Amino acid sequence: MELKDKLISSFLAFEESLDPDSGLDDMRNKAIKDFESLGFPTKKDENWKYTSLNAVLKHDYSVFPKKEDAIEYRDIKKYLIHDIDTYDLVFIDGIFSSHLSQTTHDKIDVCLMSSALNKEKYRPVIENYYNKVAPKSGLNSLNTAFAREGAFIHIHKNKLTDKPIQIINFATGNESALLLQPRNLIVVEENSHVQIIERHQSLTDHPVLTNSVTEIFADRRAIVDYYKIQNDNASASLIDNTFIDQKDESNVSVHTFSFGGKLTRNNLNFYQNGERIDSTLKGVTIIEGKQHVDHNTLVHHIEPNCESHQDYKGIFGETSTGVFNGKVVVEKEAQKTNAYQSNNNILADDKATINSKPQLEIFADDVKCSHGCTIGQLDEEALFYLQSRGIPRKEARGLMMYAFANNVLESVKIPEVKKRINKLIASKLEVDLGFNL
Amino acid sequence: MLKIKNLHASIEDKEILKGINLEINPGEVHAIMGPNGSGKSTLSSVIAGREEYEMTDGEIIFEGEDLNEMDPEERAHKGVFLSFQYPVEIPGVSVTNFIKTAINANRKAHGKEDMPANDMLKLIREKSEMLEIDRKFLSRSLNEGFSGGEKKRNEIFQMAILDPKLSILDETDSGLDIDALKVVANGVNKLRREDNAVLLITHYQRLLDYIVPDFVHVLVDGKIVKSGGKELAYELEERGYDWVKEEKTV
Repeated sequence: MELKDKLISSFLAFEESLDPDSGLDDMRNKAIKDFESLGFPTKKDENWKYTSLNAVLKHDYSVFPKKEDAIEYRDIKKYLIHDIDTYDLVFIDGIFSSHLSQTTHDKIDVCLMSSALNKEKYRPVIENYYNKVAPKSGLNSLNTAFAREGAFIHIHKNKLTDKPIQIINFATGNESALLLQPRNLIVVEENSHVQIIERHQSLTDHPVLTNSVTEIFADRRAIVDYYKIQNDNASASLIDNTFIDQKDESNVSVHTFSFGGKLTRNNLNFYQNGERIDSTLKGVTIIEGKQHVDHNTLVHHIEPNCESHQDYKGIFGETSTGVFNGKVVVEKEAQKTNAYQSNNNILADDKATINSKPQLEIFADDVKCSHGCTIGQLDEEALFYLQSRGIPRKEARGLMMYAFANNVLESVKIPEVKKRINKLIASKLEVDLGFNL
Repeated sequence: MLKIKNLHASIEDKEILKGINLEINPGEVHAIMGPNGSGKSTLSSVIAGREEYEMTDGEIIFEGEDLNEMDPEERAHKGVFLSFQYPVEIPGVSVTNFIKTAINANRKAHGKEDMPANDMLKLIREKSEMLEIDRKFLSRSLNEGFSGGEKKRNEIFQMAILDPKLSILDETDSGLDIDALKVVANGVNKLRREDNAVLLITHYQRLLDYIVPDFVHVLVDGKIVKSGGKELAYELEERGYDWVKEEKTV
């Protein structure tokens, strides 16, 4: 049976297993119908022209995983940013692991989606924000139909979150193939600040497909810094759907570091529903082998006096393929918009591919919008210069690629994250860093 | 130290060097002078191992070993250093990090451990003072936004740090004002020893007032047409290159 049919037919059983009072029944029913009509995207969709899901959809994924294996902290420590104090939300095969997590309800709520969906006290937040910013698509609908677990983060007014929050989804080898659909909701009220680190990590060589949906709401003057570390193993694929709704004077940044995984698709949409908003989208992609990473971004400038900054850098080795599709829409009312977009790529091998497509739709006349895209090889003269100082060619290449990717890290605000990413970049490029990070 | 015999070299099938013979012994300073397009920079590139150039005939023997088969980094490990006419800008790599990487790459090639951080700092401080290099300069990206003078000073700084046996200075005087030229020349002179050698490549005699050569060679159309002592440089300065060319035709 095709995965689509399998999912639709398992929906009834899934629905029966749920608490009937969650109030989301209608939403789920509508979502599964939408998925039935929309299905999975194909290369015929303009937005999926360069990314085919065929290879990752062919597995016989288990939709309802068995109960987790016992996983101990020592097994997963290396995947956490463990040298700082953090709130942790750890999920194993889609199920919350209380003994590996650290939640809180002290003026901020860092807890589980399942409890938020089922407890009366969270009802107003769910009603106001759940499934509100995610646009209708086959993948989003599929997630909405089946979503029951993930991170629920609610930062109340005027609150500086005292430590970063880590959301980590582990997949174990219990199932021969596993489909995970985490659902995160992050609501940051007026004048509050939160930093979030998100990671999907498979602990098995079995195929894992994650179709994740994250909705973020940043109210007036809220600041949200979001870091996505995508360094999964070679049998795991990720479709990350992240949608951000910003109000006046809010500042949201999303950094996406894509190093691992078989196929990774990042759908990242920003909607600027207010004035003097700042949105930052940055990414470093370093892949090789047959890896595929697709960044599909949208920044929707709806009101005047807002800014957006996009900077994506990619290094593609061997037969890997990359896609950057960056769309910026500036509505007629959005005067004095300042939208900047940059996508720079290095093809490290002859058979690597990058498809880069900036799309600007500008309906206002008093705006500053710039975009630039480069695709190149390493500068031979610079390599010769480094070699002539005794630095072997391989190291010289690594050093130059490291320097190329590294400047995206300048805007990373958590030093331990910066250090971790620095090390990942260095090891990915096989650079023996003979200097301080 | 360096023996070049009947060196022929081409770029994209165009022959630039047409039979160069040159011998440099330890402790010597040689200057190669010549008009534009005579092949001066090609000679330095071929010795340092730039890939675009193809050696079609002859040999370059350095300390008894044939350089032709060696990668540029291997030549550097043997002690060949090229000060670039146009040093390359490398954004994102600071001068200090570059220097550290280069030092340790050379040490590794000789089977040595990384240089201890304290020794590294001391070495960098000592050599940067010698070349009057500001500390702030060391944390900037390599050559990025450097003035012409800063770039050349940075080249000699690297030479001082790496302590090569043979230093080839390709048009090191171009782009330098007189004060910077003195600092650079002074640096080069301080580095001169009985066991190392310098090959100066220059169009003008000006640099040779400050770094006095033992031998001057005139390169015209890919061949050394005349060799002599330092007085040859003055003669060239006065009379230009045409008389050497004419002498050659006669």
